[in-house]
Amino acid sequence: MKTSRIRQIPNTVLGIVFLAIMLFPVYWMINTSLQSNGGAVNSTFFPYNPSFAGYAQALHDQSGNLLTSLIVSLGSVVLSLIIAAPAAYALAKFKLRWISIVLIALLIAQMIPGIVIANALYTAYNNLGLLNNIPGLILADASTSIPFAILILRAFMGSIPPSLIEAARVDGASHFRAFVSIVIPISRNSIITAGLFGFLFTWSDFIFALTLTTGGSVTPVTLGIYTYISSSVQNWAPVMATAVLSSIPAIVLLIVAQKYIAAGALGGAVK
Amino acid sequence: MTSATTVAPTASSPAVTARRGESPRRRGRGGERVVQWLFIAPAVVYIALFFGYPIVQNTLMSFQDYTTKTFFTGEAPWVGFANYATVIGSSLFSTTLINTGLFTVGSIIGQFVVGIALALFFRKKFPLNGVLRSLLLVPWLLPLIASSAVWKWMLDQDSGVINQSLQVLHLTAKGVPWLNDPNVALIAVIMVNIWLGIPFNVTILYSGLQDIPQELYEAGSLDGATGWKSFRYITWPNLRPVVSVVLVLGVVYTLKVLDIILGLTGGGPANSTETLATNAYHLSFVDFTFGAGAAVSNILIIISLLFSFIYLRVNRRAVDE
Repeated sequence: MKTSRIRQIPNTVLGIVFLAIMLFPVYWMINTSLQSNGGAVNSTFFPYNPSFAGYAQALHDQSGNLLTSLIVSLGSVVLSLIIAAPAAYALAKFKLRWISIVLIALLIAQMIPGIVIANALYTAYNNLGLLNNIPGLILADASTSIPFAILILRAFMGSIPPSLIEAARVDGASHFRAFVSIVIPISRNSIITAGLFGFLFTWSDFIFALTLTTGGSVTPVTLGIYTYISSSVQNWAPVMATAVLSSIPAIVLLIVAQKYIAAGALGGAVK
Repeated sequence: MTSATTVAPTASSPAVTARRGESPRRRGRGGERVVQWLFIAPAVVYIALFFGYPIVQNTLMSFQDYTTKTFFTGEAPWVGFANYATVIGSSLFSTTLINTGLFTVGSIIGQFVVGIALALFFRKKFPLNGVLRSLLLVPWLLPLIASSAVWKWMLDQDSGVINQSLQVLHLTAKGVPWLNDPNVALIAVIMVNIWLGIPFNVTILYSGLQDIPQELYEAGSLDGATGWKSFRYITWPNLRPVVSVVLVLGVVYTLKVLDIILGLTGGGPANSTETLATNAYHLSFVDFTFGAGAAVSNILIIISLLFSFIYLRVNRRAVDE
């Protein structure tokens, strides 16, 4: 036993080396964010004298944008779950005609380039007064999470034993009632997964932030970063500090919901 | 999907005990069907508005002279195929098409080769395997624009860490102009995109590898199939459906890429990293020629849909098997 474990150690070392290479940019982001002279030639490989000036500047410039991103992301999660959960249940459990067409439409919808949607939405939003507008962004951003949430939730709800739902139905509960008091509680984990991913999709959204806001009155943090880097950067510390702050939800997701992530990656792709 | 550990609430849950006077079954088949469709109606409406409408509208716009003036006058004269003729006839079109092809093929090959190598590596049993594998997902979860920012900084010609390291190692005297030289920029952008795609490839390929029954390898080793032979005759044939899915999805996702290129180079220098997606963006949202932008978008859609149909066919075959 012991020898086989020792023989595995080189693989662990190799794995750590691979990971160090893959995560170096993340390290560099954190390192630069703590340098007092981010951008000067003599920045070091380790923040020996960590400075939080970068974060102070980042919060000064971007705290409003972070808040905008938070509101838009939460709104988009709520909207997509309200729309996706009943649809996923219907697609999983009801024997409706056209279901396969709806499923194919969902798969194709996931593949439509965002720029196509943005191009058409811009003109429609312009007429409807939804440009530079938080509800407008919430609606557009839900387009990345809704097809994903439906496919993931459907995969899970399909595995709920029919007897559970039928028992309630025989006792006189309506479809809606059975859905709310049985299906939703049972599906809690998959709903959390879909919600977390939906949050992350919207939080990371760049295309809609870039195209559907014009005036600067509504600026998600992704657009804030873009504004930083699209001119020549003198001091990278605040830019990297903003990048670190914008990465917090991803890190939280990785810690809180680690076991669902692989499921999420697969649910969106293969199912 | 997400493990079947959650079948806890049983017959004692409140809904089951809540009795109602009339059975919903009495409403008859027609009413039943309407109720069932109500579950799905919001999603159908949303998809129609945010996917169906844009596709239709985009197609219409591509045949119109749709510019900023349209917003004031409401007039967008029909111009037939003029937008397509202008776009395809411009000298930029062949550049963007070639860039899109190189960017897609380069990214896919890089992501897949590294992805399958790492997936095979992580099949081995060793301490910390699970932790390392989940940490590997970090690049995939970060906002793309945050990753673009850090890469732009790392690839900076004068003070970026990559050139500084190369100079310390005496591999380059002046530093490589990663993002400033038209001959190098596309390669740099492809490298960054490979880095971003590796976690997705590893995750899917790893789970595909896990689904190959261990007995096959045991039986194979009796017949002398070990090492490369076991990969060639056992792993690869069994992984084929998953490989097809990964490759097709990779193509579709790569065609869409906008964040990374806009963040790193903005399509430059000298259009050397301009793809169909960034070109559509520039035409619509920088030049405000929405008609021309829509025409490029449509060309992009047609290419994407072509691959989507391949995906659906491959996927169906994968499911059937």
